[in-house]
Amino acid sequence: MSKLDDHLQLENAPQVGDLVRRHRASTRLWHWLNVVTLAVMMMSGLMIFNAHPRLYWGQYGANADPAWLEIGSTANTGFVAVGPLKVETTGVLGHWNDADGQLQRRAFPYWITIPSRYNLADARLWHLAFAWVLGISLLAYMIASLWNRHFKRDLTIRRDEIRPSHLWADIKDHARLRFPTGPAALRYNILQKLAYASVLFVMLPLIIFTGLAMSPAMDSGWAWLLDIFGGRQSARSLHFIAMVALIGFFFVHIAMVVLAGPFNELRSMTSGWYRLPGKRTQPASELGEIAP
Amino acid sequence: MNRRELITVGAGGLLLGGCDRLNANPQFRRILQSAEPLHDASQRLVAPGLAREYRRDQMSPVFRTNGVSRPGSAEYQAQAATNFVNWRLRVDGLVARPLMLSLSDLGKFPQRAQITRHDCVEGWSAIGKWQGPVLGDVLKAAGLRTQARYIVFHCADDSNGVPYYESIDMYDAFHPQTILALLMNDRRLPMGHGAPVRLRVERQLGYKHAKFVMRIEARERIDNLFGGKGGYWEDVSGYQWYAGI
Repeated sequence: MSKLDDHLQLENAPQVGDLVRRHRASTRLWHWLNVVTLAVMMMSGLMIFNAHPRLYWGQYGANADPAWLEIGSTANTGFVAVGPLKVETTGVLGHWNDADGQLQRRAFPYWITIPSRYNLADARLWHLAFAWVLGISLLAYMIASLWNRHFKRDLTIRRDEIRPSHLWADIKDHARLRFPTGPAALRYNILQKLAYASVLFVMLPLIIFTGLAMSPAMDSGWAWLLDIFGGRQSARSLHFIAMVALIGFFFVHIAMVVLAGPFNELRSMTSGWYRLPGKRTQPASELGEIAP
Repeated sequence: MNRRELITVGAGGLLLGGCDRLNANPQFRRILQSAEPLHDASQRLVAPGLAREYRRDQMSPVFRTNGVSRPGSAEYQAQAATNFVNWRLRVDGLVARPLMLSLSDLGKFPQRAQITRHDCVEGWSAIGKWQGPVLGDVLKAAGLRTQARYIVFHCADDSNGVPYYESIDMYDAFHPQTILALLMNDRRLPMGHGAPVRLRVERQLGYKHAKFVMRIEARERIDNLFGGKGGYWEDVSGYQWYAGI
């Protein structure tokens, strides 16, 4: 038993089944703001990508230069080409029917872009306005989380947590869907810490700064943006990769919420109240039921 | 379609329909558009300075053309056929001394050469070398009147009868890298890249770099010109007038 557990015991630690405060208001607000902001950024960003569905490495890159990723179409098919690998994506990417049943050859289909009909100017309008929301809210959240010690208390990775044996044990627990119970469920395990820290301190800053590196005006004053990312076209590629990584995070994140008990998890991220889970005979299901 | 599919499709449709409805809502668009002056002010505040200039070996092997590559007007074609020897660039509007400048007149101004990156609003970039007089010197020669706040570039090309034009403010007009390019990659500007003169305004996206410049006009306002948004793409497609991002 760790020191923290002893400490919690001494202080009349909450018991299994208790309703406890879990997420701070700043975390809950930022979380739900991000749901909207990141959805808008992704969907409008995919429309911007549609204007030139090719990615390059380096300072320059246009149609005559080799692209490492391309979404395109042949006469009857759509495809995604990554280096020498070419995958047919007819019906979804590069070659699909719009809501009116018309064949379109844009990269990303109407149901995942803002706006749904091809319009680069409007997509930029959304993307560049919501970029302010993303940047300012991340900055505000970081300041708040330093101030209220959320980062220090909940996200600091301890030396003993990062040991390979501990990591491996946590990976096995996740794979068996064996989630922590009682007061231990109030703390992030190492995989959660790594996931949330990488979103906060790696993916979101990366997507913001690679976004800025695509701005010719920013590149004038902040020429270091070009140096750290290796050029505007590399920044554009990294921006895209960071977006794919974030989507990967969303899928895992949502899957874990569903497996850990969606009602309890959503309640704790909305009102802040969380019912301490006990032992689960069947994973997930039983936690959804008890309303306070 | 089972219930789950119905819910998924229904929720997706609501979300999409909602975004498209918001996109068409004038008040919501005004909120989105309010970010543009913020981009302009914040970028000039935190990131003033010169656009990066590249080395020769960093230039694009192929610099693609974009937009109109051959203006259709008979007058332009006649000038092009004679290598623009009788062509004159008009500099007028709110100036003390309206000018009519030949290519050799433009060549007499101190020339600036720069290898810079051209960033298209669509996402691609190409690096090329541009050379010509600094716009600020030409404007000084004409003597701007104090009311002048914008410099408008009237171009020889049109799309479906709508003439191309662009405008910049004095910050960019007097930026040391804002030049009237006569040469590209050490050769006379090719037609596809805007012969005889193309504006280079390096801190902004490609559509601001007006090609086939025929006339430079100093104005106090741009909201009473053509579509009122300050440029062809701004009027026709709703691209932002400030294209630093």
